[in-house]
Order: sequence, then structure tokens, then C-alpha cells
Amino acid sequence: MLASEGVAKVTKEASGYIKLIWSHWSARTGLIISIFIILIAIFAPLIAPRSYAQTDLKHRLEPPSPDFPFGTDELGRCIFSRVIYGSRIALWVGILVVIVEALVGVTLGIIAGYWEGWVDRVISFLSDSIWALPPIVLALGVVTVIGPGISQVVTAIAIVSWPPFTRVSRAKVLSIKNREFVIAAKAIGESDISIIVRYILPNIIPSILVLATLTLPTAILSTTALSFLGFGAQPPTPDWGDMIAKGMGYLQIAPWISTFPGIFLVITSLGFNLLGDGLRDLIDPRLRI
Amino acid sequence: MGILSYAAKRLSIGFFIVIFVSLILFIFMQLLPGDPITLLTAGERVSQQRIEELRRAWGLDQPIYIQFFFWLSHMLQGDFGTSFVFKLPVVRVVVPRIPATLQLTITALVISYIFGIILGTLSAVRRGMLSERVLTGVYTFLYSIPTYWLGAMLMLAFGFYLRVLPISGHGTLAHLILPASTLALPNIAIFARMMRTEVLETLYEEYVRTAMAKGLPRLVVLFRHVMRNALIPVTVLFFLELPWTIGGAVIVEAIFSWPGMGNLLYRSILMQDYPVVMFIIFLISIFTVISNVIGDILTAILDPRVTLKG
Repeated sequence: MLASEGVAKVTKEASGYIKLIWSHWSARTGLIISIFIILIAIFAPLIAPRSYAQTDLKHRLEPPSPDFPFGTDELGRCIFSRVIYGSRIALWVGILVVIVEALVGVTLGIIAGYWEGWVDRVISFLSDSIWALPPIVLALGVVTVIGPGISQVVTAIAIVSWPPFTRVSRAKVLSIKNREFVIAAKAIGESDISIIVRYILPNIIPSILVLATLTLPTAILSTTALSFLGFGAQPPTPDWGDMIAKGMGYLQIAPWISTFPGIFLVITSLGFNLLGDGLRDLIDPRLRI
Repeated sequence: MGILSYAAKRLSIGFFIVIFVSLILFIFMQLLPGDPITLLTAGERVSQQRIEELRRAWGLDQPIYIQFFFWLSHMLQGDFGTSFVFKLPVVRVVVPRIPATLQLTITALVISYIFGIILGTLSAVRRGMLSERVLTGVYTFLYSIPTYWLGAMLMLAFGFYLRVLPISGHGTLAHLILPASTLALPNIAIFARMMRTEVLETLYEEYVRTAMAKGLPRLVVLFRHVMRNALIPVTVLFFLELPWTIGGAVIVEAIFSWPGMGNLLYRSILMQDYPVVMFIIFLISIFTVISNVIGDILTAILDPRVTLKG
């Protein structure tokens, strides 16, 4: 295949996917919102009028005004700028959590589904036990041990929420591995690793992508929840969860401190939830988490 | 297989999960800074002789796997150590907090169960219409709200502006409304989604079409045939969601100063009262196992299509 043909094929496929997503109202709405948030995160320095850390003690706890669109906090920092920069933290931390979960979960799921036997029993017991427990409680246990901080929060949430990836990929592998093309590959002596990479992985990736999209808002909400409780980002990092927590102390006199980061958190999480729901309907309607 | 042996089998799996959780907690305790003896004596000044006694009593002079079994047997006897902060056995610190947590979580679950059923059924019946989009939009929106922010906003609206509800404390029904709604609203989606799927599946069953064909009014068919069947898995979900809601209650209790187990867990983490932290996690894992077993058994009893296999 010529390179130009390859490019044409990819472009055609991509436009096909976008048409598909566009045909579904929830996926379409979700995609628009998600892109909006991603653009805000990318262009944060251009959108935000001030730095997220710039304090101004003459303008403490000011209500929203043309100068400070979302008001100022107890140190006179511009809430609007902090909320805009905060989208970077929220997205980055959330995506990182999902990547770690997916890597761990899918690897274990493929191992369990492909080899079955006692490996499968051990992995399934592990994932069922962890998934049976309320994630936030287990995550709190993990941060008690490893202490506060952003990377600690990523670790804690990833440790407690990989099991859905294992379940989904294990079930997919079980259904794929007895199909003719896999049996044929085995018969001509292809190695297990090569079979997994060439035949099994491409077939489970669509479901994993749907699951990853559905997991992202949960990951963002749980990491910001740990920040809200004081175990996440340390100041002056503009973390939405931490900003909401700080604002709780001024709820009565300066409600804007907590209100605006929360609105952006809801918009972000709603966008990816709608996109994920839509993708599930389109790609893998029977996917259950 | 009879229902009793089925229950016994589920319970034994649950027992292994509890053992597994104890192992995780044991590893946590090993990783925590400080000597286990300091953890046990709550930092009090004790004589060298007493420390030696304790080391032997807890098997700390033994290899690590023997230590784990010592620890486990202490736990099974109800000995979970002493709280650093309260200077009391952790069981006596934590157990009195359980009723408040259960009151909050069960109220929240009942609210989300009822609203979930209504929204889910409506969105299934209205399939393909604009009102379906509005309904699914509403519960997806609720599901996207972080509980801690929702709590803050409800506090702001009903506690500060309207001044109709208390924002913290415990005792009267009015105190329960804000925390329970905070915990309930995001959960509605979980029940609504399942209800919607179940109703949609049941709507196309043979007996439902027969009932329609007989000329029974649509509403009668909906209530008598469709919803009754769809309610089975949704009711089971009630029990499966219980432990997760107890987890969510940690944040809600902390915001509203609710005197429950979750709030205690949060404060104990901040004050590094590790024995209390570990015991609460252990207790929640037992709640989880029990409610999962109840859920499984309910499925088996209510749904005759389920065969009682392990």
C-alpha cells in the first residue's frame, strides 16, 4: 500500500468515526463539551488573565467583577485564572490515572483470560475482592500509608480501580481466543505473545477505549475528592478539589470561591460521561462495568 | 443446590475476602511509620518489661507470616488495639458511630432507589422521544456532580440563603435532609440506568405483548408485569450499592459534621490514629461482604431463572 493511500484510508476511517459519533446525540454533546474543556486546558495561558499563583492582598475575597470574572479568594488570587489552569491538573491527573489503571487492568485481564487455570483464579479473586470494596475507603487507606501529594493520589486511585479493565478484557479474551483465526495462528505455531499482540489486542481495544472514556470522569471526581479532603495537590497548585475545600471556610461570605471550580468540574465530568455513554451505545452496547 | 448451601458457599467466599482485606491492612500496618508496639500502646510510656511481654503476646519475635496469623487471631477475637487519640479500645470508639452512618446511608439509598425507579421507567417508556433525552440528561447530570461540591451548594442554598435547614449536626429529621440528599442525588443515575435497561428488556417479552394484546390498559401492564420483573435486579442493586454508599458517606459526613463512622475515619486519618483507621476499613469490608451475600441470595430467591450455581 502506498503511503498516500494509507493516509487516505486513515482520514476516511477517522471521518467515519466522527460521523458515527455525530449521529448519536449523547456522544455528540459529550464530544463538544470534552473538546471545549481540552481546548481550555491547552490554551490556559492565553485565556487566563493572570497567573494562578499571583496573590493580591488589596483585593481579597472580592465578588465577581469585570476585573476578576469569578471573584478572588482569601489571598486575592483570581479565581477565573485558577479555574482555567485547574483544568490542566484535573485532566492530566485523570488521564494519568486511567492510563495506569488500563495498563495494569488490561495486562492482568489478558493473562487471566488467555492462560486461564490457577493464574485466572488468582487474578479474578484479586480483582473481585478489590472491586467489592468501596474505592474511596481503600484509597484513603492507601494515602494514609503513602502520604499526601498528586502522584500519591494517582497511585491510590489506580490501585483501587483497575478491576473493571481486568473484567472487561478477560471476558473479551475468553470470547475471542476460540475463534478460528486464533486457533489457526496457534496451529501454524505462532507464539502466545505474537497471538496476543496481533490478534487479541486489536479486538479488545475498542471496548477498552469505551471503558477508558467512561472511567475518566470517575477518575477525575475521585482524585479531586482526595484533594478536597486535603490529600492531593499542595498549594499553590490550582486543583479544583482543593479550591472547593478552601472555599468551604468562606462559603457564607465568599461563595464564589467554591462555586466556580465546582461548575467546571461538573461540566468536565458531564462531558466525558455523555461521550462515554454514547460510545458505549455505538461500539459495545452490552459493556457492563 | 439448596438455598442454604448456596448461601454458605457465598459466605465462605466472603470470608476469604475478609481474610484478604486483613492481609492488605496488615501490610498497611507494616508500611506505616513507627513500631507496632507504639501502635498498640497508643504511645503511652511503658516499661521495657511490658514491651517484651507485648512483643511476645503479639508474636513480634516470630517471622512475618506467623505475625500475620497472630494479628488475624487477635482480630477474630475482637482485639483491634487501642486508639491513640481516645485512649480506648478501638471497638468501643467505632461501634457507637455505626447507627448514625447506617441511618444516613440507608435514607440516601431509599431516596435514590425511589427516584431511580421513576426516572428509569419513564425514560424507558418514552424511548426515542425528546423527553427521554431530557430524563437521561438529568440523571447523567446528577451523576456528574461531585458529592462534596453538591454538599457545599445545598448548604449554601438551604442553610445560608433560604435558612430553612440546619447545615450540620445530628438528631432531628431536618438535620438528615441535606446530607442524605447530597449522598442520594448522584446515585439516582445508577438505579435509573439499570431500571431503564430492565424495563426495555421486559417490554419486549412474550408475556408483556400477550398482556397488551389482551387489551389490558398500558399502565396496568406496566405496573403489574413490566415493573414487577424489572424491580428484581434493581432491588438487588440496593444491597450491592450499600457499601459504596457507606464509602461516599465518608465525604458527606465530613462536610456536614455527621457523627458517624465516615467522619471518624476522616478525622482519624488527619490525626494519624491508625488503629481506628484500620478498624473502620475492616468493618466496612465486612459490611460489603454481608450486603453482597444478601444481594446474591435475594437474586436467587426472587428470580427463578437463576440457577443456584457457585
